[in-house]
Parts: sequence; structure tokens; C-alpha cells
Amino acid sequence: MAAVESRPARLGRLERSALTGVLVREVVNYSSYWRSSTFSSTVEPTIYLLAFGFGFGSLVSTIGGYDYVDFVGTGTVATAVLFSSAFPAMFGTFVKYSFQHTYDAILAAPVDTEELVTAEALWIATRAGVYGCAPMLVAMAFGLDPSWGMLVVPFIGFLAGYGWACFGIMTAGFAKSIENFSYIVSAVITPLFLVAGTFFPISGLPQWAQVLAQFNPLYHCVQLVRDAVFGFAGWVDVYHVAVLVAFGLLMWRIAIYAMERKLID
Amino acid sequence: MGTELAIRMRGVVKRYGPITAVGGLDLDVPIGTCVGLLGPNGAGKSTTMRLLTAQSIADEGEIEVLGFRLPDESKQARAQCGVTPQLDNLDTTLTVEQNLLVFAHLYRIPRTERHEAIERALVMAKLVDRRDSRVDKLSGGMRRRLLISRALVHRPRLVLLDEPTVGLDPQVRQELWALIDALRSSGTTILMSTHYIEEAQRLADTVLIMSHGKAVAAGPPSKLVREHAGGQALEVYGPPARLAEVEAEAGAAGMRTRRTGTSISILGVDGDGKVGFEGERRPANLEDVFVLLTGEEIA
Repeated sequence: MAAVESRPARLGRLERSALTGVLVREVVNYSSYWRSSTFSSTVEPTIYLLAFGFGFGSLVSTIGGYDYVDFVGTGTVATAVLFSSAFPAMFGTFVKYSFQHTYDAILAAPVDTEELVTAEALWIATRAGVYGCAPMLVAMAFGLDPSWGMLVVPFIGFLAGYGWACFGIMTAGFAKSIENFSYIVSAVITPLFLVAGTFFPISGLPQWAQVLAQFNPLYHCVQLVRDAVFGFAGWVDVYHVAVLVAFGLLMWRIAIYAMERKLID
Repeated sequence: MGTELAIRMRGVVKRYGPITAVGGLDLDVPIGTCVGLLGPNGAGKSTTMRLLTAQSIADEGEIEVLGFRLPDESKQARAQCGVTPQLDNLDTTLTVEQNLLVFAHLYRIPRTERHEAIERALVMAKLVDRRDSRVDKLSGGMRRRLLISRALVHRPRLVLLDEPTVGLDPQVRQELWALIDALRSSGTTILMSTHYIEEAQRLADTVLIMSHGKAVAAGPPSKLVREHAGGQALEVYGPPARLAEVEAEAGAAGMRTRRTGTSISILGVDGDGKVGFEGERRPANLEDVFVLLTGEEIA
């Protein structure tokens, strides 16, 4: 008899072994595409940093009390986190669902949609936490002073990246075709990206835009990174963390809902 | 283990909007047997397979897999099942061994047994010396062997094979049949969907013929042939106009016929009695039953 003994193990929700299975798949796959992924996730924000840092930096030397390069160098950390989480999550999920049928194989194994989405988001968030540091390291080469708070930056990147990863998975879950992504990129990601205090402080914006920025997770990520690098500012940072946690939780549940609708009929 | 049936389905219905993909299906797969789901495209075979892994949720009816009730306990059932999908979903940029490693993790093989499990699967897939090849460098037959052994890496008690040899040439097909037959001999329970008659006839202990989401006949292939198509058939060849005449005349004489495309088969011409038509006698086969029961034309 070639059967495995049937263990009376009770299988619950969000099991570690199921998460590990999905993560192992991602890590092994990563070994075959890390070059391109690392390139796009780090080079693009670095170009923004250099272009704005030197372009604007020649006009504006300080902003809000910071050197402009330091200001942009910390701000583009959030850009790098966004680019390395939302986009891979959107495209990766759609490709794995629609073209590679990877998720059919995974869900035939003892893995549920909830575990699948969670593991995928954890993996993307981990990458985002690491890639997010790239602009900061570049800025250090251009004079950003090191500080102990910088050690927290990867964790901020992970937290914000988790939310963006779930946002991307959710988008892929609701999208009927990959072309639908253009709407999300143009109408959601681009405005959020510009009104986040990355390249200029939002205090210069009209009142209504400042209020809207409070609903922009990217803004909170930018602020938190700056405070980590230049010195935490107390309760306001707790507030930023709380917003990012809430964003992550909300996106996580909606992403699971969207993918269940898509994968289970 | 408290159950004699590996799969038990009762009155299972699955609708997609106005379309009923599975319409009241009863299916029993006893432990240690190989059951073939035979039916034309669109008969509901793939939906049935998806229902068994809870990737589709039934609208009505009961489903039990290895004693677990679906969909609530499907995860327990899935842990002891292996699934080969119709569409190849291997990770093409990974090596053969990496693909097996990923599934060894997904199916929770303990660390100490993982290496051995992967080696066993490589031997089964006859890919030991291609272990480091990327999947996109393999031939179609090798990929399919890998796809099947990937589903066996954790020694499942039940294996679901969805159209295991679709689109492959005869040499590759017989290779896969040997693999499936070896699995069957080792006592693993198999549910296999196919629309290749020969595949079902060679591998399945019991065949369930599906049409429009329902089971229209079930039993061992030889018994189905005897019951539905009789012992002998007469092949009458001729130009299309002649075939139409033969069909009409035989029908009027109360004989059962079926079209083959190039001939008319008159069924149930047992004994040595005169039939009134010139043709070649041959034993009735499962294809006769299939066409009789699922219709000559597929919408």
C-alpha cells in the first residue's frame, strides 16, 4: 500500500506549513529572475532621486529644514517600496492566475486562498523592505548622514509594502484583463505617488489636498521614513504606523475576497 | 481507515449562470481501483475534477473524498490527493528538481523525507539525468511525465488525472499509460478523466460515461460493451449517399446503427444470421457505447 498514514492532524486557517510552501515556491523562482526584478525596483527610484536631487537641488538647496538631496533621498524610499510591491503584485498575480495557472496547482495542494494571498504578500513585502533602502543608500553616497534610525527603514518598507502588495493582488483579483491595470495606474497610483510629500512638502498644497494626503498611505510611509532617518517625533509617528497597519489589514482582507472570487467558482 | 470509498458523490449539481455543467452526478470510486470518466468535451469532466479539490463549490449534493466532507474538510482531503491538471502549470524557468522541491514543500513532506521523495519522483518520471534541466528545455512527453510525478511526490492515496495524455503522440501516450498502470498496480486509487476511448479501456477498472453533466452509464468496460453494443458489429462502407441509405434501411429494420464518419456500424449483429448488408464484422467496442450514449453529434 503506497499510502501515507492518514494523520488525524486538524488543518486550520493560516497554517505555517501552507505559507512556507508558497514562500518556498517564490524564493526558488526568485533565483531565476532576481536580476531584472532588482534592477527595475532599485534603478527607477534612484533615477528619480538623481533627477530631482540634482535638477531641483540646483534651484532649491533646503526644504523644510533639510538639504534637498536628503529630503528626496528619504522620500524616494517610499517610491521604491511602492514600485517594488504594487506593480509586481498586480502583474505577477495576473500572470500566475491567468497565463501560468500556477494558482490552480497551489490550490489543489493543501493551501487555501487566504494562505496563498498572505504568503504572496509577505514575500513581496519582504522584497519591498529591502529594495526600499536602495535610494537611501544612494543618498548616503551623496551626503546623507547615517543614523541609527535608518535600521528601522526596512521594517517601515515591509509594513507599507505589505499593504501595497495586497492592493496589487486585489487589483489583479478584480481586473477582467491586464489592460484594466492602466486605469489603476493612472487614476490611483500616479496621483498618490505625486501627493505624498516625496519631492515637495505637502504643506505647500491647498488645504483640501493636504486633507486628502492623510488618506494616502504613501504619505505616511514618506513621513515615517523621514522621521526614522532624522529623528522620531513621538505620537505622530505612532499615528503614521497605525495608518499603515490599518491600510495593510484592509487591503489584505479585500485581496483575499477578490482572489477567492476569482479562483474558486 | 473507516471508509471503502475514496470518492463518493451524490446528486452533485454545479451551475455557472444559466449553464448546468454538472447536473445531478453520482460517482463512486472504491479504494484501490482506477475509475475512468469518459465523455465528450463539455460533458462536465473537468468541472467534476475541480469539485473534488474544492476549487469549484457544488450548488447541491454531497461530496466526500477519502472520508472527508467537501468543501469544509477539503484541505485534509487535498493533503492526501495528487492532482495532474489538464493544462501544464509547471514553473518553466525552474529546473526539474526545483519543481519537485516546491511541491515537496506544498505537500508538507517532512524535511528528513524530502530528498528521498524527490529522488523517487525523478525515477518515476525517468528524468534522473535531466534533474538540472530547465522545464522549458524539456520535450512535451518529459514535461507531462514530470507533471504526473509532481502529483505523486507525497505518495497520495488518491490521484486525480485530468486528461493525462491529451495532445500527445502515441509513443508518449503509451509511456504515460505504463506510468499510470504502475501506479494502479501499487494500489493507489485513481480517478482519470479522458475522452480517449482506448485510454479508458486499457487503464480503467470501471468507466463512467458522462454526457451533459450526468452519468449515462457505469461499469467495467467489457460489461458496458456487452450491455449496450452487443457482441459484434458490422461495418458497412460506401459513398456518403449509400451510407445514408444503409442507415435508414437498418433503422427501419429495427437495428441499431452508429456513424463512424467513413462507414455505418450496425450493432448487435451477433450469431451468424444474415443481416442483409455487405460489410466487415468486428467485435463491438467501447467507442460504440460511447457514441450510442453520448450522441452522434456534439453541440
